[in-house]
Amino acid sequence: MDKDIKILIVDDFATMRKVVRNLLKQSGYENVVEAEDGVTAMRILKTQKIDFVISDWNMPNMSGIELLKAVRGDADINKTPFLMVTAEALQDNVVAAVKAGVSNYIVKPFTAEVLNEKIQKIMEKM
Amino acid sequence: MNVKFINPFLDGTISVLKTMAFVEPQAGKPFLKKDNSARGDISAIIGLTGDAIGSLALSFSEGAIIKIVSNMLGEDIQDINRDIKDAVGEITNMVSGVARKHLEAEGLNIIAAIPTVVSGKDHSILHVLGGPSVIIPFTIVEGSFVVDVCLGEPT
Repeated sequence: MDKDIKILIVDDFATMRKVVRNLLKQSGYENVVEAEDGVTAMRILKTQKIDFVISDWNMPNMSGIELLKAVRGDADINKTPFLMVTAEALQDNVVAAVKAGVSNYIVKPFTAEVLNEKIQKIMEKM
Repeated sequence: MNVKFINPFLDGTISVLKTMAFVEPQAGKPFLKKDNSARGDISAIIGLTGDAIGSLALSFSEGAIIKIVSNMLGEDIQDINRDIKDAVGEITNMVSGVARKHLEAEGLNIIAAIPTVVSGKDHSILHVLGGPSVIIPFTIVEGSFVVDVCLGEPT
C-alpha cells in the first residue's frame, strides 16, 4: 500500500498529535499534517489534497463528529477517508459516527500495528 | 470503596502504558489513603459521574513520567514540560476510558469529565467525595506512580 498518502491528524492536544504522528512514523507514514481543531482541519482539507483524516472525538469548538458531518457535507472533500479516535467505544457514539459516515473508528490506547491495519483496510475499500 | 472498582483501573493503567508507552509497570499492593497529599510530582484528576460517583487521579514521579512520555512521543525529554503535562491528562483520560469500558460490561455506566493536571512538590489531590481513596502503587525502572481512586455508588 502507498505509504506516501497525506494524512491529516486532528486533535486539540499537541501531545496526542505527536503520539499519533510517532505511531504513523513507525508504520512508514511520514507525509503528515496536523490541525488543532475542526475549523483548522476544514481549512486544510479545502486547500490541500488530503488522502486520509485521523480525528479525535472530543475537541472544543468543533467536535470530531461535527467535523465528520462537515466533511461529508462538502462535495469537494466528502469522499475523504475518516478514522475517528475515541477514548471509549460507547454504543451511542459508534452509532452516531456510523450514521454520519465514518470510515472506521479506533479506541485509545492503540498500537502502531492496529492503527496501520485500520488505515490499510479503509484504503483498500477506496 | 467496593473492591469491584479496583481491578478495572489497575488493568486500564497497565493496558494504556503497555500499549502507548511500551513499559510494563509492576503493580504493588493497594492501600487506603486518608489524606489529600499526592504521591507523585505531577498528577491528573478526572471526575466521574453516573452509576458511580467520584474521581480518579494518576500521580507520577518525575523519573517515571519522563520515561513514559519520552517513549510515547519517541523523543528524549529531560524535564517536566508542556508535553508531559498534556500527556498526564491524556493518559488519565485513556485509563478512565478503559476502566469505564470494563465497568460498563458489569452494568455500570459512568461518564468522565475533562482531566485537570497539577504539578509541583507536595501538591494535593482533592477527590470529589473527599476520601478516603484507594491507592494502587506501580513501579517501572525509572520511578514510581500511583492510581488514586475514590469512587462510590450514588445515594
